[in-house]
Order: sequence, then structure tokens, then C-alpha cells
Amino acid sequence: MTGNREKREGTDPLAARTLNVLLAGIGGQGVLTASQLLAEAGVRAGYDVKKSEVHGMAQRGGVVTSHVRIGRRVYSPIISSGEVDLLVAFEEAEALRWRSEVRSGGILMVNCLQVAPPVVNLGLFKYPDDPLANLRAFDGSFIPVEASALAVQAGSPRLAGTILMGAASAVLPLAVDDWEAAIRARFTKAEVADLNLKAFHQGRECALSSAIRQSGNQAIGR
Amino acid sequence: MSGNEAVARGAWEAGVTVASSYPGTPATEILEAFAGYPGVYAEWAPNEKVAFEVAMGASLAGARSLVSMKHVGLNVAADPLMTSSYIGVRGGFVIVVSDDVGMSSSQNGQDTRYFARFAKVPLLEPSDSHEAKAFVGEALRLSEEMDTPVIMRLTTRISHVRALVSLGERATPPFLGFSKEPTKYVILPAHARKKHPKVLQRIKDLGRLADASPLNVTEWGDREIGIIASGPAYAYAREAFPDASFLKLGFSFPLAEGRIREFASKVKRLWIVEELEGLVEADVLAMGIRVDSVGKLPRIGELTPQRVRAALDGVGESAPESASPPNMELMPFPRPPTLCAGCPHMGVFYTLGKMRDLVITGDIGCYTLGVGSPWNATHTCVCMGASLGNALGIDKAYRLAGKEQKVVAMIGDSTFLHSGMTGLLDIVYNGGNVTVFILDNRTVGMTGGQEHPGTGVTLQEEKTKAVDFVALCKALGVEHVQVVDPYKLPEVYRAVKEALAYQGPSVIITDRPCVLIEEFHRTQPYLVMDELCNGCGACLKMGCPAIQVIRREVVRLPNGRDKELSHVTIDPAGCNGCELCVQICGPKAIVPVGSTSRAVAPSGPQS
Repeated sequence: MTGNREKREGTDPLAARTLNVLLAGIGGQGVLTASQLLAEAGVRAGYDVKKSEVHGMAQRGGVVTSHVRIGRRVYSPIISSGEVDLLVAFEEAEALRWRSEVRSGGILMVNCLQVAPPVVNLGLFKYPDDPLANLRAFDGSFIPVEASALAVQAGSPRLAGTILMGAASAVLPLAVDDWEAAIRARFTKAEVADLNLKAFHQGRECALSSAIRQSGNQAIGR
Repeated sequence: MSGNEAVARGAWEAGVTVASSYPGTPATEILEAFAGYPGVYAEWAPNEKVAFEVAMGASLAGARSLVSMKHVGLNVAADPLMTSSYIGVRGGFVIVVSDDVGMSSSQNGQDTRYFARFAKVPLLEPSDSHEAKAFVGEALRLSEEMDTPVIMRLTTRISHVRALVSLGERATPPFLGFSKEPTKYVILPAHARKKHPKVLQRIKDLGRLADASPLNVTEWGDREIGIIASGPAYAYAREAFPDASFLKLGFSFPLAEGRIREFASKVKRLWIVEELEGLVEADVLAMGIRVDSVGKLPRIGELTPQRVRAALDGVGESAPESASPPNMELMPFPRPPTLCAGCPHMGVFYTLGKMRDLVITGDIGCYTLGVGSPWNATHTCVCMGASLGNALGIDKAYRLAGKEQKVVAMIGDSTFLHSGMTGLLDIVYNGGNVTVFILDNRTVGMTGGQEHPGTGVTLQEEKTKAVDFVALCKALGVEHVQVVDPYKLPEVYRAVKEALAYQGPSVIITDRPCVLIEEFHRTQPYLVMDELCNGCGACLKMGCPAIQVIRREVVRLPNGRDKELSHVTIDPAGCNGCELCVQICGPKAIVPVGSTSRAVAPSGPQS
């Protein structure tokens, strides 16, 4: 519980409220690894953190979610419906599935990627026509991130989660050095850590250069 | 650390030396984490009953011990549990059970707190990782002081929640050794009759201890509302009503009656917040105390602060009976769990699914997914090992009715060793005409790839003897045993046909490892040559998630009917090279990557 609390005293954006982040994706996409980075950055920033995961059957190519709550004192490990400050969706249809969990004025960040499950390939269900267009109508900030495309360019689709966390860092009140320390703690091999640090900053730049950034910052600071 | 890791740490710090378990979500990681500590013995047992008996044995030898399992695992271990309550302990003995309250990976939503009442043993309920660690030591002390096993109940939201935990040093309680006391350890009827009143007296004494226990905490706030809660329900209620007064029950059975009476007398309205069953509520009502929350809380699924608020503050609508009901308009399509690309179960499902006249009894594991599309190759699923007994019962019922019905039981390697062997023995013993598929993927797949007696490696990564499934089945009396490569469809088909034609019990064992374990070696991925793909969609019937539809078109057939064509691609990163789809592709459009200069780039799905 040490860390950067001192330097934040007086201006702590989470002094009176708990930050609620929901990560949602598909088993195998690295949702839990990404949420571990966020939780670790929160701990390094001196906050109480609770992170909830889904394991087991649901993980096999099914929907995977992780709730991360960061604040001075966190009781509930799960976020109540409609109280999510930031949704990080690892796939477009998952953004549609979970956006009702986001509070009015919250932030919806989505990886520009479409993954059809076998039930869609078999023709039993239809993949929505243009999820991104649909999501733009969202009551809050909408930040699309080309995380998977960037990750493939960077050498591994598995980096998408770290890129998304970089993008998330642009709208969350956690210092970059806490994030970097979290990444080094999670990836102990130097070359893997370097790849992830690079990916993190790529994602961060992506979100910072997004025109929606201003409203995004406001949304979390409120 | 996660609640599961915290339990392991707490056990290590409290001087536990022997621990046993069988993997099961959400409890699996407790033993995985414990196995990594120095100076301990940690094992996967074949099932929870054996795990319980091993840990109990270590306790009888005077060591501190732990057994962990998921909620339904305690059903399997219920037999030794009920009697260990009479026998008591020598070294401290804690039974850690994690309830899958929301049924994210389980067949039912039973409440383990009933078992504490049933077996008349004390129950501790931590509300977060920090308490999960601390309560293990408390449980062991209580166990030794009161000569009783102690149940510690977790839920998914304790086990799989990461939170901050402060660490301590390891204690080294003295090793007591076994003591030959037949009246205590040999539970003959004569001994049991003497023990029974002692068990009843013990529960009374434990109630007094609960009253004095520091695990039960009163937090005074506004006295308009007083809330009694335990486990994660406390966290939800605390957040929903931050100003209320709380009596938090960490030692929640037997109930701290004195504390509850005092608390109830000092608050205007008394609410009881608990997940699943209203057990504390019923007990408090039986004390003659008015409870103002009766009938208000949902009894299905996980609570959230919001659900607690809606149920109790009188403003929200009455409690919904399903956790966060989905807005159907926003739900694009279901995304159920799938098999992995290259999963060795696929070829078996594909083959059995095509044989429409079979009844296929299923079991607990990844292969339960065979129930779904496109295979529809699993028709029952009850509990660990049930596929065999169910199959025999179906076979006998049909035969008595004078009707012909082929029955196939499908079970995994670890599940077979857990509780399938006795079922197969029954099929042999009583002359069942059943074909049994043992899908041996050399791991406990669904829980993330644990070792078991068939893998040749222990939890603590030591080499050991691996079960020989063929010899085992033969030893049980099965004369018709075949081993097949599940990646070769003609071989699987021939084996099934031969087994079904055989009169008497037959077994088919598959021999490919789970694609998620080290033993699996990925081979050359495949791609689809777009100009050869005729859009027939046959490959989609394999159900492989690496095969994606890239283009659909409707064509008019010569007979005037319309047919929808599905042109596909294979995700080269996902393909594991199993070649199952190659074998069912009519136009031979699926070829190894690198065998052609043209590759079809995967693109977004279409519908």
C-alpha cells in the first residue's frame, strides 16, 4: 500500500469515489492479463483495489469479463449495473453487449475487431451490421482503438490488451510510472516487458490524439 | 492476491503441512498456490472424497491439514465429512469450499452453509482476500480447541477476486503423531452413540465461542437500520448502505446468539443480507427476533450493491429473480464457451452427432460442450461420472421394454478416474450393452490443465506412475477395448461402428492431448483456397472456432430452390493443424499454409 499517495494528497481524484472499470472480451484475448495491469497500477498508486474475474467454463472462447475497482476503500468486488465509469471492450459486439453497464456520461473504449463465434458462422445468429456506428450514439465518450491491428503490426496479436490499457491510461487518473512499473512486474522477461511498454505507449498516444479525449478526461474526473 | 492464493498463504503461515484437493472452479487455484510453498505436501486426489480422507488422515496423525474443493465436490466428500464431525481431529483440519453462486461453471447453485448445519461443524466466512488468509489460521485454532473439523466457505467473489493482503511468517506447530484411541477414531455404533451427545454439546459450546469471537464484528453507524451479513454479502450491503450499523458474521455458524440479540435490540429495523439461502434469517427468526427483510432478497444468483439496495430500500422495485437481467435489444448474439481449435473432442462429437439414433450420455468437462451446435452430441449431463450409470439405466429400461436402443457414454480421462470406474464396473458386472468413450486428453481440461493419476506427473511436478486406461478397462472386465486417434475421422467412425455392433460393454479411448497443454505440439496450419471453396459449409459442421465465414451468397439450384453458400477462411493464428476439416472438405480446398502462393487473408465476419 505504499506508492505515490503522498504526491497525490490534496488533489486525489478518487478521494471520495471509487473508480469502476469493466473489461470485457472473449476467452483467450488476454482480458485477465490486461485487468491485472490496471489493478497493479492502482495498487502502485497507493489505492485499495479489488479485481473480479470469471474462470472455468466461461473462459473457453466464451465471454470473459473482469471488474476492477480502485479507491481509498473498496468493499464490493463487483460493479453494480449502470455504474461503470470506463468500459474497455476487446471486441465490437462485446461493446454492444456490455454498454448498458456504463453510467451516463461514462467512457466506452472499444477495440476495432470483430470475432464471430461458431453460432454465427453456422448461421444460427447474425453478427450486427456495423457495431461501431451503433456505438457512436452512446451517451458519453466513445473511443475506438485499433488495438488488434496495431498489435499485429507490433508482432503479436497478444499485445492488444496492453495497447488497450495504454489507451485506458489516457483517461484514468493513474500516473504513467505506476503503469510502467505494473508492466515490468507482470512481464519479467526484459524483451517481453519492452514490447509491452512500447505497446502501452502506442495505445496511450492513440487515445491522447483522439478528438474525444477532452470529454473523456472530464468524464472520469467527475 | 486472489482469495484462493490468500487461503494457500494463510494455510502455509498457519503451519499446514498436508493438503489435498480435486480441481474445480472456483476452488482450483488454492492447491496450485499451496503446492508452491516450501515444506509442504500438496496433492491432487482422484476425487474430493479421497482428498478429504487424505487431509483428515494427516490431521489424525497430528499435523495441521487442509482440503479444498468446489461446492459440488463436498457432495462427493459428504460421507467422510458427516462422520469426521463425530470423530473430531488431532491436528487442526480445515475444509475450504468455494461456492459458484452465479453458476458460471457449475451444474447447480447449492449453498455450502447447509453442510455446516447438517454436519454440526463450525463455519467461517471471509468477506475478502485479507480475511481469507487470516481465517485459515483461526479455523485451525478453533478446530484444535474444539476437536472438530471446520468449514471455511468462500464464493466465486472471494476466490477469484484479487485484493491487497499483508503477509506474515510461517508458524511451526509441533507434530503430535497418531494416538491409538479406538473409542475416538474407530466409529463403531457403540462409539458413535456416545459421540452424538458430545457433538450436540460441542455445537452449544461453539455458539458461546462465536459470541466472543473477534471474527464477528459490530460496526455502529445509524441505528435506524441494522444489517447482519456475512461473506461477500457484507461487502455489497456495506456499499449499498454505508451509513447503516452492521453485525458482520465471520464466524457464522453456530450463530452468535448473544451478539445478535444485543445488536437487534439496539437498531430500529433489522435486515439480514446473505447470498443464496436465507439460513441466518431462518435461525434469527427462530430466536423470536423480528426481521424486517424477510422475503425481500433474491435467493438466486450473486448479489451486487445495486441488487441489495433495490431489494431493501423500499424505493426500488421488488427483487428480480435473475442477476442483472440482460437488455435483449443490446445482446447481439450469445457467445457460449466453445471448444478450442484443434480440440481432440471435435472429431468424436462430429462422428457421434451424425448418428441420429444414438442416446449419448455426457459428463462433466469440456466435452459437455458437445451438447451445442453444430454437434448436438450430448443428451445428458448430471454430475461427475454419471454418464456410465445413466447409460446402463437407459440400456436396461429399453431392453425391458423390448425395444432396441444404442447407448453411448462419453466421459473424460480425469472424470473417469474421479467417479467413472465404478460405473464401468457396474456396466460389466450387470451385463450392460453400452459403448463408453473415454476422451483421454491427458489433463483436467476445463479447470485449466491440471495433472491427474493418468498423466504421470503429480501436483508438485514429480514423475509418477500413469494409469494405463486400456489395462484398467480390461481389469474391470471390458473385453472390447479400442484406442483411436480422434484426428482420423474414418478411424473414429470404424471404431464406433464396431463397438456398437459388439454385444456387451465396449470402450473406445482417444489418445490426443488437450491443445492447451505442453504435451500438445501444434503442426502446420491450414488455409482455404478461395477459388476452390464452393461454399458448401461442410467444414462448419466440425465446429472449429478457427474457421470463419467470410462471404455468404444465395444461389438458385437446378431444382428451383435457393441455397445459401458460406465461403470460409481459416484463421492461421488459430489453426492448430489437426486436419479434421481437411477430411470433410469436398472440393479439397483446405491445404497446408505454404503449399500454395495464394493465401486468403482473414477479414471480418459477415452474416
